Amino acid sequence: MIFVTVGSDTPFDRLIKTIDRWAFQYGRRDVFAQIGRHAWKPQFISFSEMLAPAEFECHVRAAHVVVGHAGMGTILTALQHMRPVLVMPRRGGLSETRNDHQLDTAKRLSGIDGIDVAIDEEILFQKLCGIDEATEVCAISNHAEERLTTCIREFIHKEKNA
Amino acid sequence: MGMAKIKSAPKVLAISSGGGHWIQLMRIRPAFAASDVVYATVADAYAADVEGCSFVTVPNGNIWSVWGLLRSALGVAWLMLKLRPDVVVTTGAAPGYFAVVFGRLIGARTLWLDSMANAEGLSMSGRRAQRFADLCLTQWRHLSGDGGPDFRGAVF
Repeated sequence: MIFVTVGSDTPFDRLIKTIDRWAFQYGRRDVFAQIGRHAWKPQFISFSEMLAPAEFECHVRAAHVVVGHAGMGTILTALQHMRPVLVMPRRGGLSETRNDHQLDTAKRLSGIDGIDVAIDEEILFQKLCGIDEATEVCAISNHAEERLTTCIREFIHKEKNA
Repeated sequence: MGMAKIKSAPKVLAISSGGGHWIQLMRIRPAFAASDVVYATVADAYAADVEGCSFVTVPNGNIWSVWGLLRSALGVAWLMLKLRPDVVVTTGAAPGYFAVVFGRLIGARTLWLDSMANAEGLSMSGRRAQRFADLCLTQWRHLSGDGGPDFRGAVF
């Protein structure tokens, strides 16, 4: 299975349209997409507007690869479940989000084991054609870096007037 | 003076909006060991992630809707008055910002952890929260320093 997600905020039709076109062209029936509320409806893949967190996790587990927007929730959930993730950043200029922060994040994170970035639809389409070769990745820890949680714990337990 | 006060676990409000913000909040859970933590986010469905812990919801809000923001602000203000936390920890966005502002007003210590999604500058809510937060953290080393946020590691 290929699980596609646009995250919990707003639709990302540019992503879904590309995947729908690819699924049609290659006769793929193993794609399921979470497309967001009031989104453009794909014709050749099955989909749901929104998923509860537990359902979302089930779909990630059932998939061999996750394709999504470059949101941290998508990336972290995929990697926590050892699934490789292919992301296309939302663009501020196209009103897909407020600014180009997803582009920045995607650039910084690409190259990390399991994270692949498609900068636009054309590259996404190409990368989809090689997606069956994606293999399981090493699971990341379920928790943040220890130095971060330690810093926050110390902040919490600091004496009020210290 | 006289009687030593028995130190109790600090009451912590751990709050965020949904999606990636909540997932990042879940990843710093070890930080809440030995504290009396209440989790707050924007949808009931997330309760399953913190089974056995105190959990409440507040209205979400974002920059696109003034009414949404107002509802969120009121919801968070009410929660703060009811809960009176000693410490507020948030990964954003709008509800977290309001929790930092109102937390400051009621004398809580406040920590803003900016989302890892902001690699080229603090988020808009983060920039605003920075003025009110006792500690403002970025998850990207290159954004830290010079009166800006601190870097103390990332959620992965």
